[in-house]
Amino acid sequence: MLRLRKAIPGVDPKLLIKDAAKLMPDPARRLFLRGAASVGALTLLTGCDIVDGPSAERALRVVSRFNDRAQAWLFNPDKLAPEYSESEIKRPFPFNGYYPEDEAPEVDGADFKLEVGGLIENKEPWTLEQLYALPQVSQITRLVCVEGWSAIGSWQGVRLSEFLKRLGADTRAQYVWFQCAEGYSNTIDMATALHPQTQLTLRFDNQILPRKYGFPMRCRMPTKLGFKNPKYVIGMHVTNKDLGGYWEDRGYNWHSGL
Amino acid sequence: MVRYIALRTLFKDVQFGVMASIDTAPASERTHLVIHPIWVRITHWINALAMVVMIGSGWEIYNASPLFDFTFSKSITLGGWLAGALLWHFAAMWVLAVNGVVYLILGLVTGRFRRKLWPIRRNELAADFKAALTFKLSHADLSVYNSVQRLLYLGVILAGVVIVLSGLAIWKPVQLQELTALFGGYEAARYVHFFAMAAIVGFLVVHVLLAIIVPRSLRAMLTGR
Repeated sequence: MLRLRKAIPGVDPKLLIKDAAKLMPDPARRLFLRGAASVGALTLLTGCDIVDGPSAERALRVVSRFNDRAQAWLFNPDKLAPEYSESEIKRPFPFNGYYPEDEAPEVDGADFKLEVGGLIENKEPWTLEQLYALPQVSQITRLVCVEGWSAIGSWQGVRLSEFLKRLGADTRAQYVWFQCAEGYSNTIDMATALHPQTQLTLRFDNQILPRKYGFPMRCRMPTKLGFKNPKYVIGMHVTNKDLGGYWEDRGYNWHSGL
Repeated sequence: MVRYIALRTLFKDVQFGVMASIDTAPASERTHLVIHPIWVRITHWINALAMVVMIGSGWEIYNASPLFDFTFSKSITLGGWLAGALLWHFAAMWVLAVNGVVYLILGLVTGRFRRKLWPIRRNELAADFKAALTFKLSHADLSVYNSVQRLLYLGVILAGVVIVLSGLAIWKPVQLQELTALFGGYEAARYVHFFAMAAIVGFLVVHVLLAIIVPRSLRAMLTGR
């Protein structure tokens, strides 16, 4: 469907499309709520079908879409996430992924080319050198994980809104889609993409972004949960189609704004 | 002011409307028959269901990144895994919040809170606590709360307000960052949210236990009398 799905330069193919089966309740099951009926009182009150059957899942997905709209409405494009001081940075900053750290993708920086596509004028891929040469901004913000924990980190890179301008992107489009080296993907709303703190991150704590934090590039947005901040970004599309994402497709809320 | 009085009259009508059709006693006597007006019973049971869902799914969410050195047994959590629990939590939150706001507004406007939960006097509290612990506290008149009940009911309403506000602070630490700051920041708000849950669960244990010991009180919350 998309040009980006072809072989990706600088990526070990063994690491592509890792399955998150370990984290899923039961990979053989299509429904993510199966095995969820464990609150005795609820089961008694409603009959267990309502708690873990397909009707419950459908209803919960409808509410989750409603929550996307509520969060989009609540999102203030001018509201900045709080920034912190150097001393508040969490060191070492935690690694997080659905695979162990030593299985994180290894992208060859020399070979790397960021593929860009969709509703943009300039579709030439970008080398790391070109990206490093763009105007850089810095932020010390809190990364909030969907699991609940949080950590303050320091990220440097290019404002995504600035980058989109250079691509000649149609910013009236609804979404920006990110493709990652290990098969991970993410779709975000344009309002968040244009937020002043949404950043194509090339450095962590003023050092070239290390492998564990997403080398060569991460998209950092302090206005969304951590899993909406893709690492190992190798491709980007401006689109009017919601292309979903790794965790969103597995049941996490799509908007996941903070 | 006129509008306020009109509203109060309206709520009184709601309060006693159910009675009027079946009861021929004069209005002044009727007021004593209903222990829990219909709006209290409806909001109570909606809240009970929403609370069970919020607590069960909340425990599963807690397990993903525990604040303390323990996790909740899977057998008492709701959602199966983190994503399922979050879906339940962020669906039931609307029920809890909307129902809670309706309850608070009606409780204040009808004067029920003022009549039933106030005042709480320190000397009565000491005596009632002693009586409660020795199982000598009277429940002869269910329409009047003793001072221990008043304290607990007021306390759990307060815990409900805190749990909703701290929940909002965790959910939206950027958009509602002023609220998050009020709780001492994102991490502190997680602890506040947890302790408010613990307070509500503690209340629930006592509340359900006493409803079992005094079954008339359960009947009153179902039928009104």
